[in-house]
Amino acid sequence: MSTVLGAKIVYADHMPAGLIPAALTENTAPFALEGKHPELVVLNDRPWNVETPPHLLDDPVTAAETLFVRNNGIPPKNIDLSQWTLTIEGESAQKKKVYTLEDLKSKFKNYTYQLTIECGGNGRNEFNPPAKGNQWTTGAVGCPEWTGVKLKDVLKDVGIKDDAVYIGYYGQDTHLSNDPEKVVISRGVPMHKALEDESLIAWALNGKDLPLMNGYPLRLVFGGWPASTSGKWLSRIVIRNQVHDGPKMGGDSYRVPCKPVAPGTKVPEEEMCIIESMPVKSLITYPKTGARIDEGQPLAIRGHAWAGDLSVQAVDYSIDFGASWKSCKLQAPKNRLAWQHWQAEIDFPEKGYYEVWARAKDSEGKMQPMLVPGWNPKGYLNNACHRIAVMVV
Amino acid sequence: MLKVININSALIFFVLSAVFSFCQSPESGNAEMSSDSLQLSQADSIDQATGLVVDEALPLVIGNCTGCHSAKLITQNRASREGWKSMIVWMQETQKLWDLGENEDQILDYLAEHYAAEQTGRRKNLQNIQWYDLETQ
Repeated sequence: MSTVLGAKIVYADHMPAGLIPAALTENTAPFALEGKHPELVVLNDRPWNVETPPHLLDDPVTAAETLFVRNNGIPPKNIDLSQWTLTIEGESAQKKKVYTLEDLKSKFKNYTYQLTIECGGNGRNEFNPPAKGNQWTTGAVGCPEWTGVKLKDVLKDVGIKDDAVYIGYYGQDTHLSNDPEKVVISRGVPMHKALEDESLIAWALNGKDLPLMNGYPLRLVFGGWPASTSGKWLSRIVIRNQVHDGPKMGGDSYRVPCKPVAPGTKVPEEEMCIIESMPVKSLITYPKTGARIDEGQPLAIRGHAWAGDLSVQAVDYSIDFGASWKSCKLQAPKNRLAWQHWQAEIDFPEKGYYEVWARAKDSEGKMQPMLVPGWNPKGYLNNACHRIAVMVV
Repeated sequence: MLKVININSALIFFVLSAVFSFCQSPESGNAEMSSDSLQLSQADSIDQATGLVVDEALPLVIGNCTGCHSAKLITQNRASREGWKSMIVWMQETQKLWDLGENEDQILDYLAEHYAAEQTGRRKNLQNIQWYDLETQ
């Protein structure tokens, strides 16, 4: 971090969290948030796990500099684009086929969609008892524009057998133990998600090459599903005749109890179900929490809302801890699976401390809970209302 | 004025040499701890290099844990002794962590003491609010 600022931070240990990268310590290996906004919060620097404070997600389209990073391993180095290939194979592929980047770009029609990706563990820090893993708060989400080809066009070019049920990805990142044989993460999606219009093999983010930390030169993008399904540094896709069984598909990884459990319950592996579409959620991206305003001054608020595979039908806000709600203006998504922008103007009745809470409702009528939702062993799917603090003086 | 004390650097060097023979750090340069990293602030007993709480088991924790992942993965987590044990077992089963042998008890004692889970309610108050005057747009 010091290298980013160009100076040593004296008393960095005493710096309050949430200002600029939290948990700052003088690291033996200099760590710079290369290519990222310096105010992103570093949860982990080996491997990179870096989240975005809500006020930095205010742009309608998330910039490369402010898109969160959730790495499981070490990204590849010295990438030669001319040598990069994507292999499609597997027991339910009619043949094995290898594509260069140039093949993908020229053989198939290119598409651009704005797609929301969110880490399944976003919000993990609020679960009690605590769940192990990176303690994401609210910032493991973003919605840039992705350019690439439809996964279904490429799969159909190879040929999909009738018994296909799932696809799995493999990437070129290396395991933290540096064992070249060890696969870092290899997840996937069922065929119905793989064959959706918006499921992309992407090489560009907002019209430019993907950032290295976000999968350069090639990745999958499945909007609305846990971002771990959107494999980075993509080099191989397998079409499977069974649910894909790569690392982080089994055990507790990206799974929640099939039936609700009491907090702290030990859940047997066979009673855990794979997370698919993410739940409805929203963020207040303006103003930044901690705003002090004068009495009588109206406050404009705004943000985004998203709902996994669904759309958002309403966003409400409350300034009295959920006792009453008022509706926000809500825009339609730019395309399916893109987040939706909302805004409102608040008049506060008197001086004092307030919390502004935002609550989105999905197209099937489900709303965000005001409290942390059902406990699960790995701390996934916390979609509790986002809150900011406001002082009227 | 911070008082600075030194951990036994020979011990750390010994432990680290052992670690890196198993687990080559992907970032060259991580395999050496500078003398700065051995400086501790007595004021809050936090090891400045790693952010970990200082006590006599710290060299064992650094040597066995931070060869493969950042110390931040430890400092941001909270668990019971049993919970930390299950994380170690998971790392041994899936992430190539070695058998910690007789060090395991000391490491678990350290983690359970300094990084224990606290009971919280269904939702905490907003924390660390940095108040500022909002300019009207």
